[in-house]
Amino acid sequence: MRKASLFNVMSVALGLAFLYLPIAILVIYSFNASRLVTIWGGWSTRWYVALWHDQGMLDAAWTSLRIAALSATAASVLGTLAAVVLVRAGRFCGRTMFSGLVYAPLVMPEVIIGLALLLLFVALDLDRGFWTVAIAHTTLTLSFVTVVVQSRLLTFDRSLEEAAMDLGCPPLKTFLTITLPLIFPAIAAGWMLAFTLSFDDLVIASFSTGPGATTLPMRIYSEVRLGVKPEINAICTIMIAVVAVGVVAATLASKRGARTL
Amino acid sequence: MMIAASNREKTRRDWGDRLVILIPALWLTVFFLIPCLIVLKISLSQTTIAQPPYVPVLDLGAGWPGIKDFIAGLSFDNYKVLGSDWLYLTSYLRSLVIAGLSTFILLLIGYPIAYGIARAPRQLQAVLVMAVFLPFLTAFLIRIYAWINILQREGLLNDALIALGIVREPVVWLATDAAIVLGIVYSYLPFMVLPLYATLEKMDESLLEAAADLGAPRWKAFWLVTVPLSASGIIAGALLCFIPIAGEFVIPDLLGGSDALMIGQTLWTEFFQNKDWPVASAVAIALLVILLAPILIYQHLQMRALEIADA
Repeated sequence: MRKASLFNVMSVALGLAFLYLPIAILVIYSFNASRLVTIWGGWSTRWYVALWHDQGMLDAAWTSLRIAALSATAASVLGTLAAVVLVRAGRFCGRTMFSGLVYAPLVMPEVIIGLALLLLFVALDLDRGFWTVAIAHTTLTLSFVTVVVQSRLLTFDRSLEEAAMDLGCPPLKTFLTITLPLIFPAIAAGWMLAFTLSFDDLVIASFSTGPGATTLPMRIYSEVRLGVKPEINAICTIMIAVVAVGVVAATLASKRGARTL
Repeated sequence: MMIAASNREKTRRDWGDRLVILIPALWLTVFFLIPCLIVLKISLSQTTIAQPPYVPVLDLGAGWPGIKDFIAGLSFDNYKVLGSDWLYLTSYLRSLVIAGLSTFILLLIGYPIAYGIARAPRQLQAVLVMAVFLPFLTAFLIRIYAWINILQREGLLNDALIALGIVREPVVWLATDAAIVLGIVYSYLPFMVLPLYATLEKMDESLLEAAADLGAPRWKAFWLVTVPLSASGIIAGALLCFIPIAGEFVIPDLLGGSDALMIGQTLWTEFFQNKDWPVASAVAIALLVILLAPILIYQHLQMRALEIADA
C-alpha cells in the first residue's frame, strides 16, 4: 500500500495553492464594490453590469469565440490526420521532416511564428483580419491536437480494426466506423485544448490580424497596459467560469462515455 | 478478375494513404515552413520606406534575370547590425539568463510536486494531474494580470507584508526581474510538472526498496535511483519550458521594467514601433539559431518516445 509522506502531501498542497491563489484573489476582487482594486468596498456586481454595456469588449469577445471555434475545428481535422500519419504510416520518405513540422510549433517562440505568418500574408497580399487569424491559430493548435490524439492511438487496441478488415470492411469505412468513434474522446479533448489556446492567444493574433478584427486578448492587453481595472477582473472571471464549466462537462461526458462502452 | 479487382483496391488504398499524409503536410508546408523561409529571406534584405518595407522582392515573373537580381540584392547588413549593437546582444543574453534561471527554479519546485502526485493514491492521481493542468486552460493573460493585482505598489502583497509588520514602506515588486521570473515560473509550472509526473509515475518502486534494503539512506537512494531514472522527464520538462521562455513577450512586457528588454520584446519593438521588418526578421532568425539545438533535442525525444511506445 502506498504511504503518503508528509513531505509529499505538503509539496502537492503548496504547489496547488501557488497555482490557484492568484486566480482566487482575482475572482473575489471582481465582486468588489470599490473602484480601487485593493480596498474592499463590499460585494457588488457593478463591474459585470459595466461590462455588459462595453460594446467594444463584447465585439472582441464575439470575434474571439468565432475564431476559436473555427480554428479548433480545422486543427482537430488536420491534427487527427497528422497523428494517424505519425502513428500508423510507418516509415515513409520525409517522415523526419514531417514530424519536425508537426512538433516544431509546440515549442517555437510565438513571436517567431507570428512574424513568419504575417510576412507570408503580406507576400500573398491577403487582406488581414478574421481569416488570417483563424489560419494562424489553426497552424499553432494543430500540433497540440496531434499530441493528444497520438497518445490515444498508441494505446489503442488494433485487433478491433483488424477484425473489421478481415471481415471485408474497406479501410476508409473501418476508420470511420471503428477507429474514429474510439478515438473521439481524444479528438474532443484536443478540440477543447485548441479552442482555449486560440481564445487565449495574444502574440500570434497581434501579428496576423488587421484593422477590424480585434480579439479579446488584444483588447484586454491594451486595457491592462493602462493599469488594473475592476472591469478586467470581471471579464477574466467570466472567462475562467466558462473554461471551468467546459472542463467539468467534458470530464463528465467522457466518464459517461467510458461507462457505456 | 479477382486479382485485378484487388489490385485496383490496393492502388486506391495507396492513394488514400498518400492523401492522409498530404493534407497535413501541405498545410504545415504552406503555413509554417514557407513562412519561416520568408523570414530568412527578408532578414537578408534591406529596409526601405515602401510597402512592403524591404528590398529586394523576388519577382519570379522576370525569369532568370529576376532571380539573379534577387540574389545579388541579398546582404548580411542586418546581422552586422545585430552583432555590433549592444542592445541586441544584451537582450539575447538577458533572455537566455532569465530562461535558464526560471527553468532551474521550475525544476526545483516542479519535481517535489510531480513526485508527490506520483506517490498519491491511484484514484487521486488523475484528479491532481487535472488540477495542475486546469490553470493552463485559463487564459495566460489572465494569470499574468492576476499577479499585477498582487504585486503592484498598493497591492495585496505589500498590504499583507505591512500588516504583518515585516516591512514599513511598500516594496517595489512590479517592473523588476524578480517579478518576471515569478510570472514565468507561475505560467510554465504545468509544463514542468506533467512530463516529470509521466516518468515518475512509471517508476518501479521496488528499486527504492532494494536500495533501502542494501542500506542506502533515503536521500542517497533518491539521488542515485530516482533522479537518474527520471532523467528523460527532467530533460523534456526543461526543454518544454526553456525554449518558449527564451522568446517570451507577454510576461516581461507586463511584469518587467522598460529599461532592459528580453529578445521577444526587442523583436516586437523593431516590428511594431520601428517598422524595421528586415531587422526584426534577423532578430527572429538569430533567436531560432540559438534555440535550434534545444529544439532538435526535444524533437528527437518526441520521436523516440513514439518509437518506444510503438514497439
